[in-house]
Amino acid sequence: MPDDRKGKGWLSSLSNDSVAKTLIVAIGLCLVCSVIVSATAVALKPLQVRNALLARQIEILRVAGIMEEGGDVDTLFGQVEVRIVDLESGQFADDMDSATYDQRKAAKDPAMSDPVPPDQDIAGIQRRARYAPVYLVRDGDAIETIILPIHGYGLWSTMYGFLALEGDARTVKGLTFYEDGETPGLGGEINNPRWQARWVGRQVFDDKGSLRLRVIRGSPDPDSPEAVHQVDGISGATLTVNGVNNAIDYWFSDSGFGPFLARLREQEGAA
Amino acid sequence: MSSNKQILFDPVVDNNPIALQVLGICSALAVTTQMSTSLVMCFAVIAVLAASNLAVSLIRNHMPTNIRIIIQMTIIASLVILVDQVLKAYAYEISKQLSVFVGLIITNCIVLGRAEAFASSNKPWPSLLDGVGHGLGYSAVLLIVAFLRELLGSGKLFGHEILPLVTEGGWYNPNGLMLLAPSAFFLIGLLIWAIRAWKPAQVEKREFRIRVVHRTEAI
Repeated sequence: MPDDRKGKGWLSSLSNDSVAKTLIVAIGLCLVCSVIVSATAVALKPLQVRNALLARQIEILRVAGIMEEGGDVDTLFGQVEVRIVDLESGQFADDMDSATYDQRKAAKDPAMSDPVPPDQDIAGIQRRARYAPVYLVRDGDAIETIILPIHGYGLWSTMYGFLALEGDARTVKGLTFYEDGETPGLGGEINNPRWQARWVGRQVFDDKGSLRLRVIRGSPDPDSPEAVHQVDGISGATLTVNGVNNAIDYWFSDSGFGPFLARLREQEGAA
Repeated sequence: MSSNKQILFDPVVDNNPIALQVLGICSALAVTTQMSTSLVMCFAVIAVLAASNLAVSLIRNHMPTNIRIIIQMTIIASLVILVDQVLKAYAYEISKQLSVFVGLIITNCIVLGRAEAFASSNKPWPSLLDGVGHGLGYSAVLLIVAFLRELLGSGKLFGHEILPLVTEGGWYNPNGLMLLAPSAFFLIGLLIWAIRAWKPAQVEKREFRIRVVHRTEAI
């Protein structure tokens, strides 16, 4: 269309298929596109961060069973006490600011985290932050719910979730995942509320105190004494479920929340 | 003006991208279990289609032939990232439900198809209309399928209960198949059948005809 080209100057004088024109168009387009994409990403970042925070808080409220539909998240979240735990000692680290501490960022910071030796890294997390947030809901003075953030590698992605325990630090009150990239319909079924509901009431530890909580293949046999530790598997999601099991193994071990939970149980035993 | 109108509304029924051109089926299967996700997906696709058609049309006279598909893909990919970011900022819940399918608009054949078939050889305004029109055509099918799937599959529309379910003390026994992807295949098939019965011009010519051989002839 020659009429369109009128007055467009030197750019139009080049043949469209010349090397120079090809390079100019390609580079120009990439520049324009990258500026637009990065400008939007930067401009919308604060809103997205806020959304992600809200979504996480809603998950915490939900897993603790205190979410009310249509309730104001900020108000509801006021009931939740956020504490930072030193994973090694299991003590609260109250010198850390719980409002700004970001476990994921800390896991990348060499000063705040330790590499997990490959033979111990069952959950595939590579680095573990020294501190982790825990969320407590209290009934008076007694702890009613303990919510632990867990994460581990599934089939495709690191799955981030929360596991809520009753105040006895043994009984599961809920499990949820707020971020994962597992296959929708297969591994993605870990987000299915019906499956998550099967976790409620399971016992994490047996009488001797060893970790028994497990997702198994098929359904647990209700007559077996093991059933109280077992959760139905998800068909077609073996590798994702293995990832969930590994994450639980890791985060309840001594490298995870083991020392913290042991301390809580002792306190409860003493009280 | 009437030709512009034609460009805009032709793709809704007469030249529907899903029903006639049979493009963009993948996302039509994936996101149509609920009206709300489908509606958001429709807006996303309309926005991407319109903007990509416009952008491709604007630079159509400077498009080096060797790399034109790459250029079109770059434009489309940037727009999809843009839409994805906006959804994450303003419709976080739904963007989580749509998960990968917003990103997959990049591979939606309708978008590249329109950029290549229409926008690269037409002026910006008609190209924009063509993009919106095809977006509307896609949306029409998506919403019809989503309406049936959500209503029959979970007894709801936009999450509001329409048919009370047996499990919640009502009378409607939901059809679980409607929540699975194959049901969208059946629905789209039925829809194509209905449209072609209404507009026989859309029926494709047979590529070959099976001849009936009479026994006597064979001998």
